[in-house]
Amino acid sequence: MADEPKQPQPPAVPTGEKPASTPSPVSTPTAKTSAPGAPAPPAKPSAPAPPKPPVVLQTPLDNEMVSRFRAKFGGAILEAMEDRKQAILIVDRARLAEIALYTRDEEKFEMLSDLTAVDWPKREKRFDVVLNLYSFARNERLRLKAHAADGEEVPSVVGVWLAADWLEREVFDMFGIVFTGHPNLKRILLPDEWQGYPLRKDYDILQQDTAWVRENLGIESGQ
Amino acid sequence: MGPQHPSTHGVLRVVLKLDGERVTGSECVIGYLHRGVEKIAENRTYQQFAPYVDRMDYVAAVSNGLGYCEAIEKLLLVEAPPRARVIRTILTELQRIASHLLWLGTHALDIGALTPLFYCFREREEILKILEKYCGARLTTHAFRIGGLQYEAYDTFEKDVERFCKDFESRVVEYETLLTNNRIWIGRTKGIGILSAEDAIAFGVTGPVLRASGVKWDIRKAAPYAAYDQYQFEIPVGTTGDTYDRYLVRMEEMRQSRLICLQAIENIPPGPILAKVGKVLKPPPGEVYHAIEGPKGELGYYVVSDGTVQPYRVRIRPPSFINLQAFDRMVRGHLVADVVAIIGTIDIVLGEVDR
Repeated sequence: MADEPKQPQPPAVPTGEKPASTPSPVSTPTAKTSAPGAPAPPAKPSAPAPPKPPVVLQTPLDNEMVSRFRAKFGGAILEAMEDRKQAILIVDRARLAEIALYTRDEEKFEMLSDLTAVDWPKREKRFDVVLNLYSFARNERLRLKAHAADGEEVPSVVGVWLAADWLEREVFDMFGIVFTGHPNLKRILLPDEWQGYPLRKDYDILQQDTAWVRENLGIESGQ
Repeated sequence: MGPQHPSTHGVLRVVLKLDGERVTGSECVIGYLHRGVEKIAENRTYQQFAPYVDRMDYVAAVSNGLGYCEAIEKLLLVEAPPRARVIRTILTELQRIASHLLWLGTHALDIGALTPLFYCFREREEILKILEKYCGARLTTHAFRIGGLQYEAYDTFEKDVERFCKDFESRVVEYETLLTNNRIWIGRTKGIGILSAEDAIAFGVTGPVLRASGVKWDIRKAAPYAAYDQYQFEIPVGTTGDTYDRYLVRMEEMRQSRLICLQAIENIPPGPILAKVGKVLKPPPGEVYHAIEGPKGELGYYVVSDGTVQPYRVRIRPPSFINLQAFDRMVRGHLVADVVAIIGTIDIVLGEVDR
């Protein structure tokens, strides 16, 4: 309690006055038009500046591991790629659990570091379910991805990595993706009766379950 | 038990199934501190979100900031200058010591040893003073910037760190005289909450908890970031994976962090502290996963960019959340009185569990 942050000596946060300080989509186009004209981009080693050829960040991946995956699962390995030197496999959603088991036992990715999802509402299959794996034996990381449309169920990998239990519950909580075969699929961070899935892109940042808030907290939402 | 029990270090509710005094099952009810940090990230620019990460694991804000800044740097394909990397390493290691000290003090307090808390806070205060002198804040520091540092190390920075490290050597011995051979401490921690290496890996447990189970794995060695590849340090491991082992591992980690700081202040390279990143950050579309060894375990950031000034998605892999999952496995068969020891030994921060 004695650890309240004291008054900072230096002046206010210096990164504050950005063009996108209002969190509205309007800020994006203005920033887009201003940046290429400014003299800054050539100095940036990363930006695809006009004089330099654009840096290719996503490249197809074709190594021995990918060949083994393709030999074993054929068409279920939809795509193998690298992004910023990190290996990514996009796999068929329906065979995810089976591929996960193989990845753990044969390819020795013993640990599920993280399981999450990304929402791309304009895509036909809007969700990416993303598994970040780590192999102690090889000291390597691998990312498995599966696409799922709204309402499509994804096979649970709790049987493969116990760590997936809470992580899948969190994805269900935040995105509403149902994992078939999960032993206890219910909300984890939000209240059980909450309506809506906050990390979906069509869920506004100010939105909330007003009825729940009124009933349980006794306040009007927005307070 | 909970949600407001002094030993839960925040608001954690644990539903226990008991057979007399023995725990036969448990369920953690979390989410009381959920603030939707990942949603906020999608509505802020890359720089604007940086201070928010300090508010997850609020006793180790510097580590959170390091992970976030490095993840965005990877996404932007820039690297912080060597001088910035060394200063980052020093501050992060000091923060690790501070986090472990807070853990030690409160963990001992939970078990009934009141004295260590006062000793731990004495040293932690010294670290917070260094952080305050460096960036003006003690807890939610926002010490680093994407691309390097905002502030140059202050004039007596090296001296302050050196003095702290010199004193700290004997201070760890003091804590150990209070606890390591204390019969009550041994009785309350040895054989309590055993987690095997296989279980630890299956649950995705990382950090000191994993190492105490005998797995020699530390991201600072496995995939060095900041300036860790320049320094020599050992990874302490345990044998049985009980509460006592986790205690020993963290004590040794504090010693190792002290050694890293001493090596680092000997040679802080001159040069700029901020890479040229520009004022408007628009990482090329794509994604990156970057993990660092936080005081509590693997702290990972999975960031997706769509080429605009705001991240499309920021996923934070919180070590506390994932380590807490193994609680049920650790607590079964123990007495109710051991529950507080086991919650303490995992070293959770609810701000990070709930985000």
